[in-house]
Amino acid sequence: MKKISGTTRTNLLTYGAVTAAFVILQLLAGGGHISSSLRGQLVPICAYVVMAVSLNLTVGVLGELSLGHAGFMSIGAFSGVVACLGLENLIPAAPLRLAVAMVIGAVCAGVAGLLIGIPVLRLKGDYLAIVTLAFGEIIKNIINCLYVGLDDRGLHVSFLTNSGDLHLAPGGRVVIDGPMGISGVAPISTFTAGFVLILVTLFVVLNLIHSRAGRAIMALRDNRIAAESIGIPVTKYKLMAFAVSSALAGAAGTLYAMNFSTVIAGKFSFNTSILILVFVVLGGLGNMWGSIVAATVLTILPEALRQFDDYRMLTYAIVLILVMLATNNPAFKGLLLRLRNKLLPSGAKKRKGGRADGIS
Amino acid sequence: MTFLSYLVSGLSLGSVYAIIALGYTMVYGIAKMLNFAHGDVIMVGAYVCFTAATRWHLPTLVGVLLSMVVCTALGVVIERLAYKPLRSAPSLAVLITAIGVSYFLQNTALLVWGSNYKVFTSIVGDGSVKLFGGRLSIPVIAIVTVVACVIIMIALTWFTGSTKMGKAMRACSEDKGAAQLMGINVDLTISVTFAIGSALAAVAGVLLCSAYSTMTPTMGSMPGIKAFTAAVFGGIGSIPGAMLGGILLGIIEIFGKGYVSTQLSDAIVFAVLIIVLLVKPAGLLGKPTNEKV
Repeated sequence: MKKISGTTRTNLLTYGAVTAAFVILQLLAGGGHISSSLRGQLVPICAYVVMAVSLNLTVGVLGELSLGHAGFMSIGAFSGVVACLGLENLIPAAPLRLAVAMVIGAVCAGVAGLLIGIPVLRLKGDYLAIVTLAFGEIIKNIINCLYVGLDDRGLHVSFLTNSGDLHLAPGGRVVIDGPMGISGVAPISTFTAGFVLILVTLFVVLNLIHSRAGRAIMALRDNRIAAESIGIPVTKYKLMAFAVSSALAGAAGTLYAMNFSTVIAGKFSFNTSILILVFVVLGGLGNMWGSIVAATVLTILPEALRQFDDYRMLTYAIVLILVMLATNNPAFKGLLLRLRNKLLPSGAKKRKGGRADGIS
Repeated sequence: MTFLSYLVSGLSLGSVYAIIALGYTMVYGIAKMLNFAHGDVIMVGAYVCFTAATRWHLPTLVGVLLSMVVCTALGVVIERLAYKPLRSAPSLAVLITAIGVSYFLQNTALLVWGSNYKVFTSIVGDGSVKLFGGRLSIPVIAIVTVVACVIIMIALTWFTGSTKMGKAMRACSEDKGAAQLMGINVDLTISVTFAIGSALAAVAGVLLCSAYSTMTPTMGSMPGIKAFTAAVFGGIGSIPGAMLGGILLGIIEIFGKGYVSTQLSDAIVFAVLIIVLLVKPAGLLGKPTNEKV
C-alpha cells in the first residue's frame, strides 16, 4: 500500500509542477514580461513536450528505438486539420473543435501506429530503428502526394494528381494541396490547450507505466525472454505501448498544426524525429520529468542563443556533444559523482533524472 | 532504350550509395554504432573538392586527393574526440553524439561556405558515350562512378581478407576483448576503420556532386540515410551486402522515379526495404544471429 501511495504522490507532484509552470508563464505573458518570440514558442513547446513524453514511452519504457515518431505527428496534424475544417459549421466553439480534432488526430495516428507496429515490432534493435525511419519517410512522401478538398457534399480525396482532380463544387476549398500542404487555416491552438494536452498525456503515460500493463512492458524491456517465459504476451504489450505513443504524438501533431496557418509535410521529417529523440535521451530514458525539461530547454535554447546569431546552431551542436560526453564518459561521470557526494551527501540519489538542467 | 538508360542511372546512383554504405557498414561492424555524421563527411568532401577546384585552381585529381585527405583526418579526429570517450556508454548516447557531430559539421559548413547553392562542375566534364546509334547515351561520370565502386569493392575485399590490419578489423568486429588479448591494437584498428570510411565518403561526395551538380551544407543527410538503408538492406556489417544493397537501392529508386512517380520514389525505396527486412530480418546477406538465453 505504501508504495502505491508513494507513486500517486510523485504523480500528483508532477501534475502540480506542470500546472505551476503553466500558471507562472500565463501570469508572465499576461503582464507582458515574455518576449514575443518566446510567446510564439509556447504552443510548439507544449507540442514538443507531448512528443518527447510519448516517444519516451516507446524508447525509455518499451526500450525500442523509434526514428519515425514525427510521422505519427504528421498523420495527427493533417487528419486533425481536415477534421477541424470539416467540423467548422458543426461545432462553432473553437476550443471544443480543437479538442475533437485532437481526438480524431490521435485516433488516426494510433490506428496507423497499430498497423505499422504489427510488422515492425517483430524486428530488433537497429533494424527496428531503420524500419521506423522508413515508415516516417513513407508517411511524409504519401502526404506530399495527397490532395484533399472540402465542399458541401463532403470530403474529396485524390492521390498523385493535382488539386484540379478533386472536382470540387463551387464554394469548396482545397484543404491539403499535395506538397504545398495546408495553408490559410485560422490558428486556434492556445497555450491553455497545450497545457491541457500535456496534463492528459502525463496522466495517460504515468498511469500506463504504473499499471499491470506498464509493468509487463518494462519487464519486456529488461528481459524479453524471461518475461515471455512467465506468460507475458510480447506482441500485445509492445503494440499497446507503441499505439499509445503514436496516438499521443498524433494529438501533439494536431496541436502543433493548428498553431500555424501553413503546414507542410516536410516539416515532419526525419530531422524532427531526431530532434524529439534528442529531447528524450538528454532528459533521461524512462524519465518523464527529464523529457519535459529537456524539450522545453532545448526548444528555448536556440532562441536564447540568438545573440550568437550565425553561431547559435553551432553552439547547440557543441552543447549537445559536451552534454553527452559529460553524462556518459565513465571518467567524467565518476568525477561528477564524487563532487555531488561531497556537496550533498544525502540528496545525491534524488537528482539523478534532471540531466538536462545542466545546460539551462 | 528508356529501360537501359534508367538502368544506367540506377547503377550509377547505386554505386554512390554503395560507396557510402561501405563506410557505414565498416564503422558499424567494428564500432557497433550508427554514425549519423557519415553523411556530413560526404558533404565536407564535396565542398573541399569544390574549393580546391574553384578557389585554388588545383588540378582535379589533386582536388579529389585533397578532399580524401581532409575527410580522413576529419573522420579520425571525430572518432578520437567524440566517439572514443563513449565506447562503453549505452548505444543511444553514442547515437545522439553522432547527431551532435552531424549538426556541428553542417553548421560549420554553413559558416565557412555559406547557405546558398553551389554549382559543382563535374570532375570528368559532362561528356557522354553514345551507344546504339545515339539512342542510348551514357554520361562519362556514370561510368567513372561504377568503375570506382568496383575498384573500391575489390580493394576493400582484399584489404579485409588478406592484410594484417584487415584481419585485425575482422577480429575486432567479432570480439573486441578477445582481439585485445591477442595483442591487437583496438584503438588503432578503430581509427583506421574510421579513416577508410571517411576517405570513401569523400570519394562518394565528389562523385555524387559530379552527377547532380548542386551542393548545400545539408546535402549529405539524405544520401547518408539512403546509404544507411542500403547497408541495412544488404545486411549491416557485411561488405558485399553493402555493395549489393547500395546498387539495388539506386536501381529501385531510379525505376521508381521513372515508372511510378518522382514524388513517391523514396516511399518505394523504403517500402522495398521494409518488405525485405520482414522476410529476411538480418538483411539480404547478413548472418542471422541466434539469441542465446
